[in-house]
Amino acid sequence: MMKEYRLTFWQMKKEKITKAVIISILIVITLPIMLTYAWLILASFSTDMKYGIIPVKFTLHNWRFLWKSIEGYPPIWRVFFNTLVLALSVMGLEVFATILGGYALSRFKFRLRETLLKTVLVIHAFPSISLLVAIYYILKITGLIDTLTGVILLKASLEIPWGIWIMKGFYDQIPWEVEFAGLVDGYSRIQVWWKVILPLVKPGIAVAGIFSFLSGWSEFVFINTFILSQNTWTLSTYVKAIIGDFRFVDYGLLTSVSLFYIIPTIVFFVFANKYLLRVNITGTKG
Amino acid sequence: MLFFLLPSVILVTIFFALPVVLTGVLSFTGMDYSFKWNFVGIQNYIDMIGDFMISTVVKNTFVYVFFTLLIFNLGTALLLALFTTTVSDRIGGFFRTIWMLPRLTPSVVYGLLWIWAFDPTDYGLVNIARKLLFGLPPQNWLQSDPMLIIVVANGFVGASFGMILFTSAIKSIPKDYLYAARVDGGSWFFTVRKVILPMIKWQILFVTAYQTLSLLTSFEYIYIITDGGPAFSTEVWALYTYHSAFQDFRFGYGAALSMVLVGIGVVSALLYLKFFRFREMIKEPRIEVDS
Repeated sequence: MMKEYRLTFWQMKKEKITKAVIISILIVITLPIMLTYAWLILASFSTDMKYGIIPVKFTLHNWRFLWKSIEGYPPIWRVFFNTLVLALSVMGLEVFATILGGYALSRFKFRLRETLLKTVLVIHAFPSISLLVAIYYILKITGLIDTLTGVILLKASLEIPWGIWIMKGFYDQIPWEVEFAGLVDGYSRIQVWWKVILPLVKPGIAVAGIFSFLSGWSEFVFINTFILSQNTWTLSTYVKAIIGDFRFVDYGLLTSVSLFYIIPTIVFFVFANKYLLRVNITGTKG
Repeated sequence: MLFFLLPSVILVTIFFALPVVLTGVLSFTGMDYSFKWNFVGIQNYIDMIGDFMISTVVKNTFVYVFFTLLIFNLGTALLLALFTTTVSDRIGGFFRTIWMLPRLTPSVVYGLLWIWAFDPTDYGLVNIARKLLFGLPPQNWLQSDPMLIIVVANGFVGASFGMILFTSAIKSIPKDYLYAARVDGGSWFFTVRKVILPMIKWQILFVTAYQTLSLLTSFEYIYIITDGGPAFSTEVWALYTYHSAFQDFRFGYGAALSMVLVGIGVVSALLYLKFFRFREMIKEPRIEVDS
């Protein structure tokens, strides 16, 4: 007769228990993120907060900055417009430069190719923040200091290596045969790129576009350093100034302005979080 | 071909190559807000050695980089990657997405979240938690433990970098290995220690190298949350550089301080190229028509 073999409770439930423990730990370490973002949303719509995080009474009073500008601050819509111009221009410039550059590095064979690719990688890893002093001087002598144009050119330039790398990846996935076919049909290299290849890398353009838009939208250090007059402020400097003035005093105002500022970020986060985990990581530092 | 490369090359030359050279040249001048080129030789570097702030700054930088890296950018990142790959993909993906949120949030807003969390009154998250859990009175964290705030704030952003890289590395481990460990009755810890960790050691090394450099040169969140204070207790090298140049308007000295970062940047970049399988990434193109 077979010997009866009994599993202990622990042996039977081992996998389930392990998973339950793991999920509990995940919840605990993720709690600070969830709570702080929940606070950001709740506090902006409430008159007061109980225990700091439970809303008491619904109000739109905190959002008054949208129709009545805060004393000593530029009107919010001008600041909003500046931010939009900055983000869209960075996006346009970066997409333009990288759909060209990425193609060259993906498809052409030339003497400097390897050097250029190495340069792209080195710049990508390089701390551009250490160049602020020199960049200040360059903007100063070219008359671009205190202008959005200066920040746009600068921001786009420093992100081009990242964009090229992403676009090159998308170009690399297109089979060579597509290109051969176009060339055999009598297109020039530029025509093939424009008419045949470019439509095929639309997802790449979307990725590069969205990320450069968000990065332009969020830019803080360059604006803070190279923009001096309030008329050229963007939302990041606006929020920073408000934090300076209303810190610990009016969290309602602080959270509403912040929430207003991060709307594009949230929209993107909700709709495109699949791309997020795959692409973003190679692009940012910190 | 020039047509394709020209826009990128021009922009990157003006705003990247030129500044690198210029930083080097500026570091030998005593340039201030009048923007005059008065060369002073290596005076800035001599000043740097004699600067009484430097020892504080170096100590702060070390504490900041070491603890953020160890606890968050490596520790938490690894924990998140291991945990989220053990549970189902849907739940794991959910947690990973949430951890991406801080990285995506504009820095000023993210800074505000931590300013609230460490609010000195019993309105802030940490003080509420302390009160509810231990019944302790509110504490003024920005005064008592500013470095803790800085490490935590940077860490919650930094952890997602390693998390993503480790996750994709763990997912690419052949399932047979994991099954084998499981059939042998290996516990979760056993599998992690004997199978997973040895197979992602390159990624761990890469994240360590890359994030050390990132942390050394980052000051954005510190600038927003404490601005180096109180009394320089969170003043790190990159922030000191920034303050020297744009608060004290000592551009020459700022450039010299920057050169230290540039030097570290160049050396690390060369090391990456040498060690991290660069050849595979730059395979030659297969067709050639014109060039």
